[in-house]
Amino acid sequence: MPSLNHIPVTLDTRPLGDRTAAGCLARRHGNATPILYELRHALDRLITTGETTKIDLAAMPFGPGDLDHLLSVLGTGEVQASVDALGPTRIQETGIAGVWLVDYLSSEAQRLALHLEIATVPEILRPQPHDLDDAIATLDARLSAEASASSLTS
Amino acid sequence: MSGSMEFLLWTKGPMFDIAIAIFAIGLLVRIAEIFMLGRAKNFAEPRAGEWKPGLTTVVTRSFADPGTFKRAPFNVVVGWIWHVGFLIALLLFLPHIELIKSLTGLSWPALPNPLISLVTAVTLIALIATLVHRMTHPVKRRISTLEDYLVWTVVFAVVLTGWLAYTRMVNPYPLILGMHILAAEIMLIILPFTKLTHIFTAVIARWYNGAAYGRKGVQS
Amino acid sequence: MAAPKTLDKPIEKTLGESLRERGVSRRGFLKFCAATASMMALPPTLVPTIAAALEQAKRPSVIWLSFQECTACTESLTRSHAPTVEDLILDIISLDYHHTLQAAAGDAAELARTQAMRDHAGEYLVLVDGSIPGPDANPGFSTVAGHSNYDMLMETVEHAAAVIAIGTCAAFGGLPGANPNPTGAKSVMELVKDKPIVNVPGCPPIPKVITGVLVHYLTFGTLPELDAYGRPLAFYGQSIHDRCYRRPFYDKGDFAKSFDDKGARLGWCLYQLGCKGPSTYNACATMRWNDGTSWPVEAGHPCLGCSEPRFWDAGGFYNPVSVPISASGMNVLGAAAAGAVVGGAVAGLSKVQTKKAEAHRQPVTVEELEQKL
Repeated sequence: MPSLNHIPVTLDTRPLGDRTAAGCLARRHGNATPILYELRHALDRLITTGETTKIDLAAMPFGPGDLDHLLSVLGTGEVQASVDALGPTRIQETGIAGVWLVDYLSSEAQRLALHLEIATVPEILRPQPHDLDDAIATLDARLSAEASASSLTS
Repeated sequence: MSGSMEFLLWTKGPMFDIAIAIFAIGLLVRIAEIFMLGRAKNFAEPRAGEWKPGLTTVVTRSFADPGTFKRAPFNVVVGWIWHVGFLIALLLFLPHIELIKSLTGLSWPALPNPLISLVTAVTLIALIATLVHRMTHPVKRRISTLEDYLVWTVVFAVVLTGWLAYTRMVNPYPLILGMHILAAEIMLIILPFTKLTHIFTAVIARWYNGAAYGRKGVQS
Repeated sequence: MAAPKTLDKPIEKTLGESLRERGVSRRGFLKFCAATASMMALPPTLVPTIAAALEQAKRPSVIWLSFQECTACTESLTRSHAPTVEDLILDIISLDYHHTLQAAAGDAAELARTQAMRDHAGEYLVLVDGSIPGPDANPGFSTVAGHSNYDMLMETVEHAAAVIAIGTCAAFGGLPGANPNPTGAKSVMELVKDKPIVNVPGCPPIPKVITGVLVHYLTFGTLPELDAYGRPLAFYGQSIHDRCYRRPFYDKGDFAKSFDDKGARLGWCLYQLGCKGPSTYNACATMRWNDGTSWPVEAGHPCLGCSEPRFWDAGGFYNPVSVPISASGMNVLGAAAAGAVVGGAVAGLSKVQTKKAEAHRQPVTVEELEQKL
């Protein structure tokens, strides 16, 4: 058995972003490219038929650097939004119109899911159908409350 | 339990031990017998050495002379293609090198896997061509025995299962890898007792021929 | 000691109701469904289906039995780092018995188990981690509350809806079942024949895979689609090799040859270092470990194949997949030497026979030959 001194220990002083778990330089593994083509097909479907697509990025066999590469190719767009329901959800428009990055976080800011959504507006930003059904009733209730309040003051 | 993983472990474990033992014992029985029986003693004065012409013939006999090529170009060309393809896949594919290394400690560089895959595909086509030729050529058909077809089937099975395993076209993978290993083990088992022995005896036979010519002072 | 009080039967509520009770909005529910789909390794297109199913889902009663195990499976489950969703799920399933996690001890603990079995007969799930000394083995190898593991398993599964074997020990025998298997350890599926069984192997399994299988049952009320080893196809349908980000290096022929060479530093394929990825079916390459941080191959270590049957007996962890388990060069040499001896003997025998024949050779006439024809 070689002694402990034989284990080569080196100090890695590179910034954290340049490193991966294996200690090697972050590099691309080419696994972002198929996703980009999938996005292209999804955009085509959105434009021609209006069909929306969601891609679960957690289910992709990305190597270190692949996700960063994918996001850097997509770039950053103009819209940023945040939804506060069951913890924050951050929505970021990418530099490609119609492609959204939706980051579902827990209340402890841990990622629950990371989706690319190809849609005019991400689903979680739109009012939910059941909420819309209840909307008029809710507003009516508030209007009548308003009316009774104003009749009291007049 | 009898799942694909157990099957793979059986082919990699007990079955491999059995196959390699039958192969090693069988082959050495054959080769020891050949060497010990040797040739009838030649009392004539040798005209030249035996070793050099013997070794030369081992090489030269690998190439068909123009006459043979003219008579049977198919046999020469297709035979060469699949023999070379088989040897490349056997000896230059990394998993095979690792297997040889685990048994002998010897290893050498491998070829990139896609290249091996291409060579294997060509080998498969060549092997099918040899079967078609054997079954359609009037003379070949008549001189073919059951053993010829058995040997063809086993060799083809080894190459086909290996290629299917590499390309992962059969799921689950342990099943097809196990089938490949089993096919190779069957080949090892029948090798000493069929014409597959030529893998080892061809070299010996050529050396004997060359040595006999050399002794007589004839060009080998 | 006073007799423990009989527990009240819990009131049945659908998941939709309990979420709304907690003030989860519809957007929150959509997010919950998105996370759930991700956890079940289902595509996001199924989110509406999941939402509809979850709305109606009822909390199942779960009894978790631990036998010959190391508690890593429980550690794995409790270390899953997505607290909001997992907490909701663990609140939503009713974990009625788990002797590592439950507060109750002794008779009260065993009572909780029998109570859950009575109240939810035919509906409860049994989760098992650890292998079980079979009916023919000495029951003393492993007991809980004075019951042999075998008796407790058979008694508990009798009225179960399904059994989920968590970890390689419960699924395939695992370490206790490895050669020479001193305790006669058996897997759940070797003992339980008349109940649906889901195997969730791994040493330990990925936490999200454990919860994913539970959530699948909770969501759809059915067990997921399984492979030949009873493993859910959603998680175990593809091999590590086929989903490995280092796969392009395998195809190119770029291999790490030691743990500290250039190839290892460049993150090349670990085949030669014994990676069992080609023959291992699990979700590590996509779901990863430690909250999606990394997984063994990404950390530079070959896959051990821990989610496969008999992985402890499948040869050295650092031997490539193609290397036979036990044969060595010495065995082959031995066999060859034996062959040479036999070959020599055969040759010697035939030489003796030839000599004998020569010595006793009799001339034959043409007439004699013709007579024989």
